[in-house]
Amino acid sequence: MIDLNTLTITKARAALDKKEFSAVDLASAYLEEIKNKNKELNAYLEVYDDVLEQAKAADEMLGRGESFPLLGIPLAIKDVILIEGRKISSASKILENYTASYDATVITKLKKQGAVFLGRTNMDEFALGSSTENSAYGVTKNPYDINRVPGGTSGGSAAAVASQMALASLGSDTGGSVRHPSAFCGVVGLKPTYGRVSRYGLIAAVSSYDVIGPITKNIEDAQIIFDAIKGNDVLDSTSISDTTYPKASVKKIIGVPWDLINQEGINPDIKENFEKAVKSFESLGYKIKDIKLPNCLALYYIINFAEVSTNLARFDGVRYGLHKDGKNLLEDYLFSKGAGFGKETRRRILLGTYVLSSGYYDAYYGKAQKARIALRKEFEKIFSEVDLILTPTSPIPPWKIGEKSDPLSMYLADIFTVTANIVGVPAISLPSGFMEIENKKLPLGIQFMAAHGREDVLFEIGKKFEAM
Amino acid sequence: MNIKDVENLASLARIELGEDEKKDLLRDMDSILEYVKQIEEMKVEDIEPEFQVHNVWREDFLVDANSPQASKFSKELITEQFPDTQDGFLKVKKIL
Repeated sequence: MIDLNTLTITKARAALDKKEFSAVDLASAYLEEIKNKNKELNAYLEVYDDVLEQAKAADEMLGRGESFPLLGIPLAIKDVILIEGRKISSASKILENYTASYDATVITKLKKQGAVFLGRTNMDEFALGSSTENSAYGVTKNPYDINRVPGGTSGGSAAAVASQMALASLGSDTGGSVRHPSAFCGVVGLKPTYGRVSRYGLIAAVSSYDVIGPITKNIEDAQIIFDAIKGNDVLDSTSISDTTYPKASVKKIIGVPWDLINQEGINPDIKENFEKAVKSFESLGYKIKDIKLPNCLALYYIINFAEVSTNLARFDGVRYGLHKDGKNLLEDYLFSKGAGFGKETRRRILLGTYVLSSGYYDAYYGKAQKARIALRKEFEKIFSEVDLILTPTSPIPPWKIGEKSDPLSMYLADIFTVTANIVGVPAISLPSGFMEIENKKLPLGIQFMAAHGREDVLFEIGKKFEAM
Repeated sequence: MNIKDVENLASLARIELGEDEKKDLLRDMDSILEYVKQIEEMKVEDIEPEFQVHNVWREDFLVDANSPQASKFSKELITEQFPDTQDGFLKVKKIL
């Protein structure tokens, strides 16, 4: 028996290379877990029927003496990253029977290493939400308390790793969609620098925010996957290289935006857990500096709505996806979009149409674009004084399924995570302990942001925190 | 905003909405727009939106169909997903 609870990519790599178990053994162990748990948790929308064949191919590579960091490693992939010939829906009815016609760049890279894809994971439709409740295929449940949400939007990917249904997974992060569910499920989630991982083959939500990132059980595993998927890509015009941003020397100073953390609406247990984490970094010899960060939610959501409304315009029932027949072409559009898009998606398309419409454009989108540049400049200044910015990942613990029916109250849960996407810096969520609600232990997370291109600084501090 | 505004936006976005949903959307959009109005308070004097304009296209070049650089899209995989076809082409409703 393979002990999946304590297994990491590093350990699995060593065992596979030493032939202690085969890739088929490993994949079978995960398929067994999926069989036992997925019905209840709904983390996977589809488990691929050729997992053992993929694992066999990995074993053949191993037999030939080949070794790659991810050879034979079973991964779960968010239902928003294209794998040629396989179904992909972005958890939407409008793409229910859509088959991908090419591989995303990250998939091409993982296939070269011989990684095994277990299946595609649940998410908020088109990556719009914070709880995975907006999926057209039912909510994913938090493995720590099945009455609660796993966070979002990569809730399926985080829940799969937390419940031993995958050794690691890929998610995508638009405003916290990797970090937020990672905090809610007690795992590590990395949002890389914008452009560091190719978006080619990632179904776009907000093109100027989106980035693909790993969800794993520890920092080392996150680093292994990040190294495997990063790199400049001619197929993504916003792609950057490892040397795009200059690297300043590390000062061992952590910035904490106390104003933002001490405001109303932050759960007291989360604040206590956070303050404990701050103290532990002080004891490691880091200097803590009080910094000012604005609340960026308004700015974030205006750009989110605008880009969502333009990106999703292409789903019109004409070339692919759901088609509802009307009397004429206009009715085809109206019926297909009306029936295919879920409630939150429709809401954001209309909000985006509003903020981009003439008469409101300058006050909303135009102003947001300017504020975005101002914020980026502010960040440059902050990162000339500190190496890292530390906050809780979420202001509140995992909520009960159905509890947040007012969309605005859910948007507020993204207060700490959206900033990294607006300015494009890398950020990571680390498990920081638990709090107890109704006799259930619920995981908590802290978030670090670093300067552009400085994932290495995140990994370094993450390993120190993990070792404590 | 009023119901007419919601209907107008839905028609611009080509989305059909039920009567009840229009009312729900009006309520939600009012509160969300009220919230994001905070953007007014952000100070951004003297900043021009910077659009980083640079050419992202490469020069054209010929690629041998068998080389690894050639795109390998399956025509069948793409045409199979058309809602309606005729003679291997995408069929749409009469536009004019």
